[in-house]
Amino acid sequence: MNGEDFVTFSLTPLLIGSLAALACALPGNFLVLRRQALLGDAISHVVLPGIVLAFLVTGTISTWPMLLGSAAAAVVAVVLIEAIRRFGRIEPGAAMGVVFTAMFAAGILALEQSDTSGVHLDVEHALFGNLESLIWLDATGWASLVDPVALAGLPPELFRISLVTVIIGLCLAVFWRPLAISTFDEGFARTLGLPVRAIGLGIVIVSALAAVAAFDAVGSIIVIAMFICPPAAARLMTNRLGAQVAWSAAFALIAATLGFTLSGSGPAWLGSEHAVSAAGMVGTVAGMILACAALFGPARN
Amino acid sequence: MQARLEDVTMRDARELATQDGPLVIRGMTVAYDRKPAVFSVDATFRPGRITGIIGPNGAGKSTLLRAALGIVKPLAGQATFFGTTLSRSRDRVAYVPQRASVDWDFPARVVDVVAQGLYRRLGLLGRFGRDHDDMVKAALERVGMEDFSARQIGQLSGGQQQRVFLARALAQDAMLYLLDEPFAGVDAATERAIIKVLKALRSEGRTVIAVHHDLSTVEEYFDDVLVMNVRKISDGPVGTAFTPEALDTAYGGRLEQGTRDPQKALA
Repeated sequence: MNGEDFVTFSLTPLLIGSLAALACALPGNFLVLRRQALLGDAISHVVLPGIVLAFLVTGTISTWPMLLGSAAAAVVAVVLIEAIRRFGRIEPGAAMGVVFTAMFAAGILALEQSDTSGVHLDVEHALFGNLESLIWLDATGWASLVDPVALAGLPPELFRISLVTVIIGLCLAVFWRPLAISTFDEGFARTLGLPVRAIGLGIVIVSALAAVAAFDAVGSIIVIAMFICPPAAARLMTNRLGAQVAWSAAFALIAATLGFTLSGSGPAWLGSEHAVSAAGMVGTVAGMILACAALFGPARN
Repeated sequence: MQARLEDVTMRDARELATQDGPLVIRGMTVAYDRKPAVFSVDATFRPGRITGIIGPNGAGKSTLLRAALGIVKPLAGQATFFGTTLSRSRDRVAYVPQRASVDWDFPARVVDVVAQGLYRRLGLLGRFGRDHDDMVKAALERVGMEDFSARQIGQLSGGQQQRVFLARALAQDAMLYLLDEPFAGVDAATERAIIKVLKALRSEGRTVIAVHHDLSTVEEYFDDVLVMNVRKISDGPVGTAFTPEALDTAYGGRLEQGTRDPQKALA
């Protein structure tokens, strides 16, 4: 592939995929350490009906309606879980599972019925992402990186995921100490006067933000791999929290770039003419990184 | 200006402390699923003393402590620290949770955990400087853990983990230390090291309150006791409050019948 093609067809999907992986992996560290990894799964499932709802109301897939729709869906989910737990006499885990899968299923039905022909929103893309289509058609080569006209044609998803990744990185840097203390020892954190409930809620909100922003890149099923695999693999590499977060970021970037590259070129190396799903390959690579860390990681204990 | 105002209120509060005590609990009631764990407990802890909260398993000892600290929400009652609210005296209160209440697989070294005790000094973004380093080191030396500072906390023995928790509280440099079962499941050397630190804290004029369930060491370790089983049964100096009658009531005949000596009762 020459430079021109690379900039047009690969650069933006690579960037968007990498940033999406990063945005999910960073809060994922705290989800995994708090034994709330399934919360990431739950969030990513609830995001789908929220996004469909926002699309049905506004007719577009722009950022703010999607975020609001997801937030509304999250609130509905929390209320439903509490109601089922109280009136259904079901244990919380089961109530969660019922609500999230039911809402996710409803989201798929709504998506099928709605007319989404004009936009990039269909069942397959919602589930497995749409990385390959996030190309930069206005680019004519590396020179386009300094050409204002071409830059204006960058896919809007790139700005969205960049903004979200920066916000998440800043939140993590500023609230690092309270996050670490309240994740390790909630009771002690309370006696220091830390708002542990708000911190827990903040992690959920930031994760939801990451899930919405990563939706374009990897879809709502594979995003869970991005929340869990890089941090879980990183935990096996080190015994320090700061180093773990750094490792998780590195693993997320490797999974995204390697996964995207393999999805485009891998099948050709094997003699096949068909490329495979980029998001699927990214998720697979993330799983393989975790497997390697589990076998060879220095901090396996 | 702000700092000076705070100094003044600190001093005022310290003066009040001599009247009101480092911790006063009034009418504390806590329930889990409508079953009372702590019922209407009043207690005044005296400054400069080591007080043991004594009672059988499930007597609500830890719950009383956690309710006073606002970690669990009481149904009724309140706790006053140094004559004021907890939120205005956090810099003077240090809490050592039960060792089993946290996941020791957490990616942290011994120094990382002890440094958590400096959070109120450091704030969100304060730089961790050499003087903070020295504070962490000093706290670790007091509990005899200076050689383990770079060890991952999951690779420590139970006794060593307990000492790390105590070191974190020492780094807080508080006037009131609340410890939840500090001697549970620790080796004899750790038990001696911990009680030595607690007695040193007392001689510095600080107050220590510890939840404890080993009756055989009560007279040796504590100046005062609060004997409870959901309700308060007795409190005061060990000589007057740690009585066979109080223990009979607290343990509901679970101790050997007819035994009037708590030492023998345990043996």
